[in-house]
Amino acid sequence: MARLIPTALLLLLLLPGLALAGGIEVREFDGPVMERRYDDLTSILRCPKCQNQAIDDSDSPIAGDMRDRVYALLQDGRSDKEILDFMVERFGDYVLYNPRLEGRTFLLWGLPAVLGLLGLVLVGLLVRARRNASNRELSAEERARLDALINRERTE
Amino acid sequence: MQILMIPEIGHYALVIAMLMAAVQGVLPLAGAATRRPLWMAYARPMAAGQLLFVAIAYACLTASYMLDDFSVANVANNSNSMLPWYYKLSAVWGNHEGSVLLWSLLLAAWGYFAARFSRELPRDMVARVLGVLGLVGMGFLAFVLITSNPFERLLPNVPGDGADLNPLLQDIGLIMHPPMLYMGYVGFSVVFAFAIAALLGGRLDAAWARWARPWTNLAWAFLTVGIALGSWWAYYELGWGGWWFWDPVENASLLPWLTGTALMHSLAVTEKRGAFKSWTLLLAIFTFSLSLLGTFLVRSGVLTSVHAFANDPSRGQFILMLLGITVGLSLLVFALRAPRVGHKVGFTWLSRDALLLINNILLVIMTITVLMGTVYPLLLDALDLGKISVGPPYFNALFVPLTLLLALFMGLGQVSRWKQTPLRLLVSRLWLAAVGAVVLGAVLPLLFAERWSPAVALGLIAALWIVLPMLRDLFEKTRSARSVGAGLKKLSLAYWGMQLGHLGVAVTIVGVAVVSNYSIEQNVRMAPGDSVEVAGYTFTMNELSRRQGANFLADRANISVQHGDSRRSFAMNPEKRLYLATRMPMSQVALRPGFLRDLYVAMGEDLGDGSWALRVQYKPFVRWLWLGGLLMAFGGVLAVADKRYRRLATAPDPETRAAPATGREASA
Amino acid sequence: MNRRLILLLPLVLFLVLAVFFYQGLSLNPFQRDSALMAETFPAFELTTLEDPSRTVDESLLQGDVTLVNVWGEWCPTCKQEMPQLLDLAERGVRLVGVDYKDTREKGMGFLEEFGDPFEVNIFDPDGDLGFDLGVYGAPETFLVDADGVIRYHHTGYIKPQDVTEVILPEVEKWRD
Repeated sequence: MARLIPTALLLLLLLPGLALAGGIEVREFDGPVMERRYDDLTSILRCPKCQNQAIDDSDSPIAGDMRDRVYALLQDGRSDKEILDFMVERFGDYVLYNPRLEGRTFLLWGLPAVLGLLGLVLVGLLVRARRNASNRELSAEERARLDALINRERTE
Repeated sequence: MQILMIPEIGHYALVIAMLMAAVQGVLPLAGAATRRPLWMAYARPMAAGQLLFVAIAYACLTASYMLDDFSVANVANNSNSMLPWYYKLSAVWGNHEGSVLLWSLLLAAWGYFAARFSRELPRDMVARVLGVLGLVGMGFLAFVLITSNPFERLLPNVPGDGADLNPLLQDIGLIMHPPMLYMGYVGFSVVFAFAIAALLGGRLDAAWARWARPWTNLAWAFLTVGIALGSWWAYYELGWGGWWFWDPVENASLLPWLTGTALMHSLAVTEKRGAFKSWTLLLAIFTFSLSLLGTFLVRSGVLTSVHAFANDPSRGQFILMLLGITVGLSLLVFALRAPRVGHKVGFTWLSRDALLLINNILLVIMTITVLMGTVYPLLLDALDLGKISVGPPYFNALFVPLTLLLALFMGLGQVSRWKQTPLRLLVSRLWLAAVGAVVLGAVLPLLFAERWSPAVALGLIAALWIVLPMLRDLFEKTRSARSVGAGLKKLSLAYWGMQLGHLGVAVTIVGVAVVSNYSIEQNVRMAPGDSVEVAGYTFTMNELSRRQGANFLADRANISVQHGDSRRSFAMNPEKRLYLATRMPMSQVALRPGFLRDLYVAMGEDLGDGSWALRVQYKPFVRWLWLGGLLMAFGGVLAVADKRYRRLATAPDPETRAAPATGREASA
Repeated sequence: MNRRLILLLPLVLFLVLAVFFYQGLSLNPFQRDSALMAETFPAFELTTLEDPSRTVDESLLQGDVTLVNVWGEWCPTCKQEMPQLLDLAERGVRLVGVDYKDTREKGMGFLEEFGDPFEVNIFDPDGDLGFDLGVYGAPETFLVDADGVIRYHHTGYIKPQDVTEVILPEVEKWRD
């Protein structure tokens, strides 16, 4: 085991292999804000042709077209929402990696919140119940006897 | 002629292995239910036999690969006579049939070791554990034999050569990744079998938890390494410096990891305090179920993923059936036989028990969130509500805050005690750590980068909030000893394992926070003689050249890189390759790894006029992601080596003997 | 009793999920409806492939049910699809082509070699119309009704049996 760690660390430093050629374009931006917006938008739009890739990761022609369009629309002074709407009008909600909050996605967005609340209530109830439970620590022997009793109870 | 028989021998061995698994699955379980020692005694030899014959089958398939037997369809489709021997070895599991065979082999191996290291367990317990493992093994071997036979022949038209292994899979990361991942997935079958055995036999005491813990830790450690390797592989091979894509295949491996993490912690409570029993059992069932679910999602093609695997509906149906039977039956057993009366152990708000409860609830919420996000497009599609995508923005928005919350309670957990912790003690032990974490976390990003990022500060505070209380606890534990060294020596391996695991989480959090917010990526146009500066590094293109590789043509850039005003420089040589056989353009990324940062240069397109588009990336702390994963895994393994478990193997302590009282057997 | 019911909950949830998975097995994740379904055909102003001086716009698609096929010389599947399109034209369906991301020369050569079922071909060298149609690969086929509204969308290859089993019934449906 002790030898595994250095080996693994060595592995981490090995030089890399091939990567799929993706889209690398040199673009001029009007300032860092626009550049960041471009980066953000191209990372949350899904390439409609590919298996599961954002358009900034994909070398498929349609991803390139979409990047061009995002860039052109940004230069046109459109807002992020307008650009996303523009894409959805053409390619459907499928291209949004960040699904919109609407009727069919209520469960998706709401569930974590509901679970969080439920968890809170559960912790509250459990701890309240346990606070009043036996305050005395059982010895190992007592616990074993209790276990045996419980086991018997549930097999009857 | 003997060589030509190899695939048939392998096929035959698989059939024998499946029959042995069937015997292992049926007789010991029936024996335990009817108290027949002879039947129960079948468990161990059958487990050994199953391993032996699956290993023979696996060896036969490997031999077919090494001998270039292209009459075997599996070899012809996935190998080539030119392939180096080590890729032939790994090509065995680089495809569907072979990987399911590997799954079965590892399952049989875990089963064998479970049989081997269970000498001190009660006979009926062993029989039930191995019986459950036998049934699972039988299911998977049937899956191999019925839908995914790797020994199928292409007779009489034997191809002259094979179709070759996908170039993306010809890589060290991908050689290691699947076996590690499967070791984790399959390893959880042991604790699953323990849980079912406990339910069937009605034995749910501290000793049970103690038996189950090392197995859980080991499987979890393998899964952790597997996930880290997968992320590392994706980093340099798949995307452009991305390391986690929230792809369904990645999520499928994260799900059992999350519940497995919860399980390790809840097992601790069950062992030490005798509480959370039903919950622990349920987590054990969930963890293995999610491993199976991951296999289903990956192998059936129901979800669109970057990793395109061959999809065959009959396989999907078979795995779904396996999944349905395994999970459905075990949850039914759980519903019918889980203890009705809990052992009410008292604890207060400020106790390790309560904190671990919160830890479990958070981890389960994370699991359900990831699961929901992963299968939600499928649910909507099945309901004919249209196609949507759920991607990184959704997962990050929910996962990040949940992780921070988890970190908050991890810090508290370091110094808390079972049952109850006086508030005053907690404050006195933690106030310094809290102040230190906030101050250091807020200031450190300023020292490291020009731009202060609230996200990085938050990440560092979280990481420090995990580490500083840990140091404080170490200080407390060694204070009373004669010397620090003596004090440290007295601490158990289990303690060290826990601390290392938590340290790993902190290291990973630092890596994620820094690399996500301080990475710099620039696309530049460069011709020989041009220089660009990215993150204090000057990249100068010296020359462009062409070279002819074995099966590709490459444009190669020679770039020298200098840091700041330093006079030393190093070379980076990215290539853009055109593979002649497939006409596939591939980019050979140049990567300069380092402890504090990676530099990443990739070639894009030839822009004419002698210049190229290049992508230059600066990725600070990216190695910390995987380093953290390794630390976590090492922590898990270290805890297994603790002498408590070794003592168990030789002489059980009285408690384990005391528990098996009369009436333990199922009367139903 | 109450507790038993709670203990059954995981099983129930799992079974619900399993039903979805079973359904999911028969779904094709790559089969997606066009976002333009029941929308008006996007506005455009482009020249025809055949005559660089002739400009057409969306009014071209008014008046009759029209099958708009997006193709390109570079697309091998489009070649295999041609016999089916010729068959459809012979059966009296009005076809309009969109020569997508192509050169005039290659496009004309393609029609000469594989036949020309189209009344007219819209020349879309930059793929602008294709983009507005949400096309992400050729061939793709849209059925436009007499009012210029998109009524049916076929992604990819039209198989020989699709002609009578899918396309013609759709055409008939929207003719009334």
